[in-house]
Amino acid sequence: MSGFLAMGGYAPYIWTAYAVVAVWLTGLGLVSWRRMRQLEAAADALRAQRRAER
Amino acid sequence: MHRFANPARFLRLARLIQPWTAAAMFACFGVGLYLALVASPIDYLQRDTVRIMYIHVPAAWMAMQTYAVIAVASLVSIVWRHPLADVAARAAAPIGVAFTAICLITGSLWGKPTWGTWWVWDARLTSVLVLLFIYMGYMALWSAFDDRQRAARAAAVLALVGAVNLPIIKFSVDWWNTLHQPASILRRGGPTIDPSMLKPLAVMGLAYLFFFITVLLMRMRADLAAQRLEAAAERRVMAQEVPA
Repeated sequence: MSGFLAMGGYAPYIWTAYAVVAVWLTGLGLVSWRRMRQLEAAADALRAQRRAER
Repeated sequence: MHRFANPARFLRLARLIQPWTAAAMFACFGVGLYLALVASPIDYLQRDTVRIMYIHVPAAWMAMQTYAVIAVASLVSIVWRHPLADVAARAAAPIGVAFTAICLITGSLWGKPTWGTWWVWDARLTSVLVLLFIYMGYMALWSAFDDRQRAARAAAVLALVGAVNLPIIKFSVDWWNTLHQPASILRRGGPTIDPSMLKPLAVMGLAYLFFFITVLLMRMRADLAAQRLEAAAERRVMAQEVPA
């Protein structure tokens, strides 16, 4: 296990690179997902409200 | 063409395929990371740093593919005025920024132990940095206009002009013989790398591709919902301004 983590002495470079990918893609995915849910919920609520007013 | 322009039809399709693209993304990341970090051999020259290639090279592919999507969508927007084309182009840009930045950062982290430098003004590196600036300019242009139609038009023109950079990136390693190595996979005569290293590259490439599709659909849906809300707000303002 420690051999795996050491990556033949290149651990700082390799794990930093993988961490950058993990953080950036997870962050972008989560932000996009939350924004979609919030905006679609607001738009659906508005539509329901307009339907009720009619 | 305009049969697909119907946002309701698009939303139905997006909701249908999104769970599948998300599942495929997670599966490919699982298999791809295992192959890249555990199952693949070390390179005889690069040693373990070759593992950075499995996240770097597909990021470079996706940085260019995402830009190609934006350029084609921009062309469709200008020529056919397809209402979803602008939505798609705008939604793709932050994903393109992510892949381009990942490509540059992981490349730098590979370059230090292998080339002995974080950065050189090599033709390939420089043209990818230019791609990042074009993405950022594209996004800035979108937010520089209050009127959506005008913003879409200006951004589409910039996207098409910026597309000249794509062949420059692709062929930079052949045109200028500087530090970055030439193509070893998408080249005439077939790939020159071993299957044990091609497999993790391909699976990580698929993982990135499914990430792109999943996040693109989410961002397009968010943008369409935002447009509905904006239209409703405008109707309300007009109803108040014109007393019946």
